[in-house]
Amino acid sequence: MFVYFDNSATTRQLDAVTETVYRTAKEEFGNPSSLHRLGVRSEKILKQARRSAAALLHAEPEEVFFCSGGTEADNTAVFGAARAGKRRGNKIITSSIEHPAVLEACRQLQAEGFEVVFLPVDRDGIVDLRALEEELDDNTILVSIMHVNNESGAIQPVAEIGRLVREQGKALFHCDAVQSYGKIPIDVRAAGIHLLSASGHKIHGPKGTGILYIRKGVHIPSFQYGGGQERGFRSGTENVPGIAGFGVAAEEAAKRLRTDAGKSRAMGERLAGGIRERIGDITINSPVEAVRNGESVWLPNIVNVTFHGCRGEVLLHMLEQSEIFVSTGSACSSHKKGFSHVLLAMGCGENGAEGAVRFSLSYLNEPEEVEYVLDRLAEAVEQHRKMMKIANRMGR
Amino acid sequence: MADTKSTFIVRTGEVALKGMNKPYFEKKLLTRIRTALKQYDGIEAYRSEGLIFVKAPEQYPVREVEQEILRVFGVASVSHAVEVSSELEEIGRAAAEYMKKLIPERRIRTFKVEAKRADKTFPLQSPQIAREIGAYVLRANDGLRVNVHDPDCVLFVNVRREHSYVFADKVKGFGGLPLGTNGKGLILLSGGIDSPVAAWMMAKRGMMIEAVHFHSYPYTSERAREKVYELTGILAGYCGRIRVHSINLLEIQQAIGEHCPEEQMTILSRRFMMMLAERVARSHDCDMLITGESIGQVASQTVHGLVATDNAVQMPVMLPLIAMDKVDIMDLAQKIGTYEKSIEPYEDCCTVFLPKHPATRPVLARILESEALLDKEQLIASALETLETVGIDPDKN
Repeated sequence: MFVYFDNSATTRQLDAVTETVYRTAKEEFGNPSSLHRLGVRSEKILKQARRSAAALLHAEPEEVFFCSGGTEADNTAVFGAARAGKRRGNKIITSSIEHPAVLEACRQLQAEGFEVVFLPVDRDGIVDLRALEEELDDNTILVSIMHVNNESGAIQPVAEIGRLVREQGKALFHCDAVQSYGKIPIDVRAAGIHLLSASGHKIHGPKGTGILYIRKGVHIPSFQYGGGQERGFRSGTENVPGIAGFGVAAEEAAKRLRTDAGKSRAMGERLAGGIRERIGDITINSPVEAVRNGESVWLPNIVNVTFHGCRGEVLLHMLEQSEIFVSTGSACSSHKKGFSHVLLAMGCGENGAEGAVRFSLSYLNEPEEVEYVLDRLAEAVEQHRKMMKIANRMGR
Repeated sequence: MADTKSTFIVRTGEVALKGMNKPYFEKKLLTRIRTALKQYDGIEAYRSEGLIFVKAPEQYPVREVEQEILRVFGVASVSHAVEVSSELEEIGRAAAEYMKKLIPERRIRTFKVEAKRADKTFPLQSPQIAREIGAYVLRANDGLRVNVHDPDCVLFVNVRREHSYVFADKVKGFGGLPLGTNGKGLILLSGGIDSPVAAWMMAKRGMMIEAVHFHSYPYTSERAREKVYELTGILAGYCGRIRVHSINLLEIQQAIGEHCPEEQMTILSRRFMMMLAERVARSHDCDMLITGESIGQVASQTVHGLVATDNAVQMPVMLPLIAMDKVDIMDLAQKIGTYEKSIEPYEDCCTVFLPKHPATRPVLARILESEALLDKEQLIASALETLETVGIDPDKN
């Protein structure tokens, strides 16, 4: 059985998306800026996709700007908000568990003289609201905190953050929603979000597509000048096939959000519960049971588990032999040397990170796959631990 | 101009010393040069009066063709030359023109001519030729002076029966002997710095290369193996397509771990690698094994360690790096282009199984006792079942 449980890394593009991309590239090749009929047709395609993309956020289509993906959206938001606000203040607040696209952008701003605060998280991986409240002073111009963490699946209290930012009245609130977009409901207005990033390929759309939501009335500078596409915000001829594909993926996500939420939760819970039942000496790093204000703070698509005494990477390769594809919490021998900054921030320690495996599911997965993974996983962990016992005898 | 080809003079090093076998080596070398240049249409390569000449259609960049020739083992040096008919006036005119182009490029103020007369029937002797040609060059280039002791540029003139050649550069090649003149060796290739260099050194002596790689998947990643393939691709740039065999060593490591003293882990694993390599070598007509070991570099490469390792096989084991210092090996790796790839951080061997205190003075008798605790034949047979073979084509970038 082929099981793809690495949907937080990327997803399989839907057939309907592939067909749309193909058909659009082949037939609708007109430049949306052209005055003739072909241009008008392409423009219409963009309009439709923009409407679908906006609907998932309860936003107006005019507030959605297409770009190349999560990294560009995050960078544009962070640098843009900093540049727009630098006369009014100098402080940026983010968290220690952000995606590198936000973290590295903030570090760059730090090097340029901005004061940057990286808020800590608790053992559940939830940002410390009290720390935010304390840090959020009159000098703060940007708060950038993600919606759902990509490694743990912890849902951040964006509504409370939005409220605090609103009370302060000056800072912009940017939310990296790459992992939550299309997976849990988002209402940008209700949450007080000014800027939001999302990516196409995490929702079974095409790679190289993404959106930046900019609330009406919020102005951040553009970083790409030219022909004035995307209402002057992001020049460059639009990626019409990709954007069309994004639209189809967003529509499907919206549909699934209404119909499949229960199934997703059931699969995530079964996976976490099954691991706990069948495999000893583990820690579930995802906040599976954590509740805040009476609500779960866990996106059940992501199950992150430490198998103590194991190496995540070895388990990954063992599972791969059974056609199961997952991620690890560390990457000791690949180019990203080191342990997951998220797990370290959650207090898992290096040992906890070394044995961590992330399973990330999507609506394309089925309950049988969860059972298959549990069987293979139990075998792999047992075999691996036996081997580590031998290795430990050798003094490791 | 009638002649629209670039001419290269290729000098052979040791090939020229081979006495009675010289024609055999020269023919091999010609074949190798032709193979190295097969991507270019209309290339000619031939022997004439003890030298090898290559002619390439002018549309191909001279430096690029020259680089390709320089990669061929057995080539001592290459000169890109101007070919003219063997008449003094012709040579003189060509030399003057050649120098005119070179002066601004290299900011030449002084020069001398070194002439060689291969055709003894040519009416002038070498020193006279040099003087005459020098005069042509001086007349055509104002401000240029002769300096026989420390010139900015030496202009070589080589007078032969039909044609003569004018050139300023002799670019050194690797030397050695043409590939295929000295059997075939099987290199134990890790992803490290040393083994590719060892293989290259043997290939330079004319040995064809095959490779065997050991991994511990799933304890090592597929990227580690990709790295070995990429290193092989660089080597193949010198040796042509190379076959790589990979074998999973995990079961053997597990058996050693379970039954043998921990400090012997490394030596025992090495012995199994040698035994497996010998089997592979025999079934693929390799004459020798090659390893990248050098004395004292790591715990398993002490003299005692090497004795205990090489004892595992009957086949001769070549260790071309044995007396080299690490820095020199690294320099060579840089030169042949494998260094950058070698230092990429993918584990090539299973670090899970590295003992804390490996034996540096293993006693062969003790090692053999431990090995006797294992079902050697069964382990080897089972490991050989994991063997996968791929052919790797040259990657010259």
